[in-house]
Amino acid sequence: MDWLQHLATGFGVAFTAQNLLYCFIGCLLGTLIGVLPGIGPVATIAMLLPATYALPPVAALIMLAGIYYGAQYGGSTTAILVNLPGESSSVVTVIDGYQMARAGRAGPALAAAGIGSFFAGCAGTLILAAFAPPLAEMAIHFGPAEYFSLMVLGLIGAVVLASGSLLKAVGMIVLGLLLGVVGTDVNSGAVRFAFDVPELIDGIGFVAIAMGVFGYGEIIANLSRPEEEREVFSAKVQGLMPTREDFRRMTPAILRGTALGSVLGVLPGGGALLAAFAAYTVEKKTRLHPGEVPFGKGNIRGVASPESANNAGSQTSFIPLLTLGIPPNAVMALMVGAMTIHDIQPGPQVLTHNPELFWGLVASMWIGNLMLVVLNLPLIGIWIKLLSVPYRWLFPSIVLFCAIGVYTTNNNSFDVWMVGAFGLAGYVFHKLGMEPAPLLLGFILGPMMEEYLRRALLLSRGDWSVFVTRPLSAGLLAAAALLLVLVLLPAVKQTRQDAFTED
Amino acid sequence: MRVKNQKDFLAGLLFMAVGLAFAWGATHYPIGRGAHMGPGYFPLVLGGLLAFIGALVVFKAAVIQTEGGNKVGPWAWRPLLCILGANFAFGILLAGLPGLGIPSLGLVAAIYALTFIASLASGPLRFKEVFVLASVLAAGSSLAFVELLQLQLPLWPAFVAG
Repeated sequence: MDWLQHLATGFGVAFTAQNLLYCFIGCLLGTLIGVLPGIGPVATIAMLLPATYALPPVAALIMLAGIYYGAQYGGSTTAILVNLPGESSSVVTVIDGYQMARAGRAGPALAAAGIGSFFAGCAGTLILAAFAPPLAEMAIHFGPAEYFSLMVLGLIGAVVLASGSLLKAVGMIVLGLLLGVVGTDVNSGAVRFAFDVPELIDGIGFVAIAMGVFGYGEIIANLSRPEEEREVFSAKVQGLMPTREDFRRMTPAILRGTALGSVLGVLPGGGALLAAFAAYTVEKKTRLHPGEVPFGKGNIRGVASPESANNAGSQTSFIPLLTLGIPPNAVMALMVGAMTIHDIQPGPQVLTHNPELFWGLVASMWIGNLMLVVLNLPLIGIWIKLLSVPYRWLFPSIVLFCAIGVYTTNNNSFDVWMVGAFGLAGYVFHKLGMEPAPLLLGFILGPMMEEYLRRALLLSRGDWSVFVTRPLSAGLLAAAALLLVLVLLPAVKQTRQDAFTED
Repeated sequence: MRVKNQKDFLAGLLFMAVGLAFAWGATHYPIGRGAHMGPGYFPLVLGGLLAFIGALVVFKAAVIQTEGGNKVGPWAWRPLLCILGANFAFGILLAGLPGLGIPSLGLVAAIYALTFIASLASGPLRFKEVFVLASVLAAGSSLAFVELLQLQLPLWPAFVAG
C-alpha cells in the first residue's frame, strides 16, 4: 500500500492554509467563468493563467487544476439550467438535464451531476495515485525513439477520437507542429521563421494562441449567430435532494459512467468529451425500468452518468501528462505550458524529483472535487443570477480579460498583436470547419517531437529503421497505424459519425 | 470545375499555402541529413507534409459530392472587426506605439476604448449602458490586477503619472 502513504504525503502538502485557499479560489473562479455559456475550459484556463504566474509552482498548479474542475462543473450547471452547453463535454448533459429542469426538477438534476462528479472525482484520484508511479517507472526506460513514437500515437489518437474530418484534423496537427518550430532552434541556435521580430525569438506564446483561437475566435463565432432564445430558470431552484427512487436509479449509472470515464480519460484525445458521449450512449442502450422516464425526456441517469464520466475522464487525463509528459488533450496541453512557465518539465522525472508537487497536486484534485460539491450546491442561486447576465455585457469583459492576460504574460504589447492575429485565425478555422484543439496539441508537442526525432536519429546514425526495430517503439507505431486503419474502415467510420451527432 | 465542398476546398488551399510557405522558408536554413539534422530539416518535412495533406483535402473537396455543397456562408464582418479592433485599440492605448510616437495612455483609457469598440459588435451602441459597464470593468480591473495581483500595468497616461 505504497501509494496510500504517498497520498498521505500529498494531503500533507495540500492541506496548508495557503494551498487550500488557492484551490478554493481556483474552483470559485473556474466555476464563475465556466458557468458563462460559450466559454469552455480551455479558454477559461488560458484566461486565468496569468493570475497564477506570481504563485509558487505547487500553488499555481493546484489553482489551475481547481480552475479546470470548476470550469467543467460550471459547464454542467449551464447545460441543465439554460439548455446551452457551457462547454463541449456537457453537450449530452443538456439533453436530459434541461428536460428535468423544465419539469421542475432542476434541483435533483444539479444534485445528480454534483454527486456523480464527486464520486467520479474520488475514484479518479485513487486511480491516478495507483497507476501513475508504475507508468512513470516504465517511462524512465523510454529512449528518444520510444518517445517519438509515443507522441505520434498520442497525436493520431487525439484526432481519431475527436469528431469531424480526420484529414483536416491531421492537417491541423501538422500546422500546430509547424507553428511550434517558430523561434530559436535549441540545437543549432538558428532563429527560425522570426522575420527579425525580436519577440519571436522565444517562439510564439502559447497563451496568445489559446486565447486568440479559443477565446476571440469563439466570441466572434458566437456573435455571428442570431441571438438565441435563452430561457433561464431564474426561478428559485427548490428541493435539491433527489428522491430515494432517483438515488436507486442513478447509483448504477454513476458507477458505469465513472468506470467508462476513467478508462477513456487516459486515452489520447479522449478526456472529458468522449467519456461523456460514450457514457450517455451506454445508458441509452440499457433497458428502462418500468415507470422510468425515457431518455431525452428528463431521465436522471442521462445526467448522472455522463457527468460522472466527464469528471472521471478529466481526472485520469492527468495520468499521461504527469507520467509521460504527454498532454492527451488541449486542456492538458495548456497545463504543460503552465508547468513550463514555472520551470517544471512534465514527465516521469516529476514524480522522482518533485514528489511533493506530484502528490500535492493529486491530493488537491480530491480536495477540489469536494470543494466543488460544497461550493456549487449552496451557491447555485448566484450561478443562476450570473446566467441571466446578457451576452452583450459578457463578451466585452471576456475580451478585456484576454487582452489583459495576454499583455501581462510578458508585459509586452507584441503579444496583444499576436492574440488579435490568432483571433482572426480562430474565426477562419471556425468558418472552414477546422478544429482548433489538435492545433494546440501539435503546437505544444512540436518542439519535443523534433528534439526526440533528432536524438533518435543521431543515436542510430541516421537510420530511420530505429523506429521499427526497437520493439516498444514499433508497438506504439503499430498501434497508431491500427487506429488510423480502424477509423478508415467504412463500418467504424459510420458509427464514429453517429456517436458524435447525438440527437 | 464546380467545387463540391466549399469549406474543405478553402481549408485545403489554406493548408497548402501555409505548408509551402514553411517548406520554402525552411530551405533558407541548413537542412542537414538524418543523422545530423539542421534547423531546416523538420520544418521542410512538415511543410511538405502539410502541403500534401492540403492537396488531398482540396482533391476530395473538388470531387466528392456533399450535401448542400458545405458552403462557408456569409462572414460576420462586424463582430470580427469590432472584436479585433477593440483588442488592437487596447494594446495601442495601454502601451503606446513608440515607433509612431503614440504615447501610453494607461489601463483606464484602454479599458474604456476596448469596451466601447467591442460593444459595437453586437448591435447599435447603447451609450449609457456601455459607459457603466466600462466604468465597472475599469474600477474592477484596477483593483484586481493592479492592487491585488500587483501586475505591472500603467494605470494612467504616462504624461499624467510622470
